[in-house]
Amino acid sequence: MNMKFIKPIYETFEYVGKNILLGLYDAGYILLIFFQSVYFSKDVFRRWREIVKQMYIAGVKSFLVSSIVSFFTGMVLALQTGIELMAFQQEALVGDLVITVMTREMGPFTSALVLTASVGSAMAAEIGTMKVSEEIDALEMMAIHPVSFLVMPRVVALSIMLPVVTIYSVVMGTVGGAIVANFQLLVPYDVYYYHVLDTLRFKATYVGMLKSYIFGIMISSISCARGLQAKNGAIGVGQAVRSSVVISFLMVLIVGYFITALFYGKVHD
Amino acid sequence: MIELVNVKKKFDGKIVLNGVSFKVERGETFVIIGQSGTGKTVTLRHIAGLVDPDEGHVLIDGVRMDYADANTKTTLREKMGIVFQSGALINWMTVEENIALPLIESRKYSKNKIEEIVNYYLRILQLTDARNKMPAEISGGMKKRAALARVLVRNPEIILYDEPTAGLDPVMSRMIDELVRQMQRDFGVTSVVVTHEMQSAYYIADRIAMLYKGELIACDVPENIKSSKNPIVQQFITGSIEGPIEVQ
Ligand SMILES: Nc1ncnc2c1ncn2[C@@H]1O[C@H](COP(=O)(O)OP(=O)(O)OP(=O)(O)O)[C@@H](O)[C@H]1O
Ligand SMILES: [Mg+2]
Repeated sequence: MNMKFIKPIYETFEYVGKNILLGLYDAGYILLIFFQSVYFSKDVFRRWREIVKQMYIAGVKSFLVSSIVSFFTGMVLALQTGIELMAFQQEALVGDLVITVMTREMGPFTSALVLTASVGSAMAAEIGTMKVSEEIDALEMMAIHPVSFLVMPRVVALSIMLPVVTIYSVVMGTVGGAIVANFQLLVPYDVYYYHVLDTLRFKATYVGMLKSYIFGIMISSISCARGLQAKNGAIGVGQAVRSSVVISFLMVLIVGYFITALFYGKVHD
Repeated sequence: MIELVNVKKKFDGKIVLNGVSFKVERGETFVIIGQSGTGKTVTLRHIAGLVDPDEGHVLIDGVRMDYADANTKTTLREKMGIVFQSGALINWMTVEENIALPLIESRKYSKNKIEEIVNYYLRILQLTDARNKMPAEISGGMKKRAALARVLVRNPEIILYDEPTAGLDPVMSRMIDELVRQMQRDFGVTSVVVTHEMQSAYYIADRIAMLYKGELIACDVPENIKSSKNPIVQQFITGSIEGPIEVQ
């Protein structure tokens, strides 16, 4: 047979195969970093200062953006569902929908996206820069484990801060929804809040918190792992940041779906 | 104390070290010279166990450093310090915090003791004024000295220096040279020093090795290097443009 036709096919397979293997390797590395930070959480008391610092940074960096994002998410939710509910003269129920969707899904989801973009990317950049300027090597030479020193405090900080930001987002989203309900759907505030509080469920809250907690661990592990894998100078740091954001977004969507399916998936009892 | 046995290393298909062997005795100061990009830093990184060779071995006190498990590497590195070419100070910590870091992390010293040790090295390396500055705010030479201080506080038996005097003024360079000799004389420290400055090399070295195209083409006491018949060595140590060295 003519080798001219074989070669591109062969090369395609080689390319795809190589990238699948590299992808698996990177996924394995992220898991390794995660398990190492679980192990090094034994140092959590020794490193509380760094953890508090990272929590503070995460809070400050995300405060403004998550305020705006969740406020508008609540407004959009109220508007979209309100228009449909109005067709049935049921617009008074808009509060039910806003609080349900915010606690179960949009609160954790928008907070995760905001923290990925603002905090996760900064983690990848910071650690990536340390990696390419030999600072990580220097730590290893001083018998300081980079996961204990850098990664674990960030993972712990984000796993605490993401639920906190989520609660804040739910509140902001509900307020955003209230304003739309009042001015565009003509639902008075007291009616709106009555429905909000009436519908607020313990299960929705703890599933939302659990989601946020898992997202926090995932985003920080992914970002730190990508940072630690950075190479080739400043360009490599840029690539690490980009891939950390892409992987985090994808994982938030995928894992978010499965957690929802796990807790709410059984429609028929 | 340090032994490289036929170490070969490729990066992305490009041969960097092509069978390098040498042995550094306890208490010896071993100087590596060579053109930029010949793999001097890579050689030091092999000794430190930060890279593993494709072929060959690296032995520290007879124990294999290459491909050793994390615990063995940590144990071997405990008696070792490396002054990186760029300093590699932790960029978000002050000079003082950087120097104190290995002591704090070792959890063997009291707060007062750490302060005392750090102050001592800040003083002898003339860094007292820079103690509260961030690495980005100090000069290249100060970074080198801070990095050296961070190594010295740990009292290592082996110190690897990657161009410790590059970018320093002549007076400061001689001071660092003097310090290298003093560490050898007073504490019996074994040193491997990468340098471009022949004056430093002659002053501190017990032996000088020249790395060229991935191989050690010379390895001898300074007098014999000075009078070497090898044209490549002669061209390098005299720094002449005419000669067999290909300049890229
Ligand atoms: N991690 C790495 N990945 C790919 N290539 C590398 C890596 N480390 C070193 N190299 C390559 O190995 C060669 C030798 O590098 P090395 O840093 O050891 O040079 P050097 O002798 O220290 O030079 P200089 O005097 O400029 O510091 C260079 O061509 C470099 O590009
Ligand atoms: Mg070098």
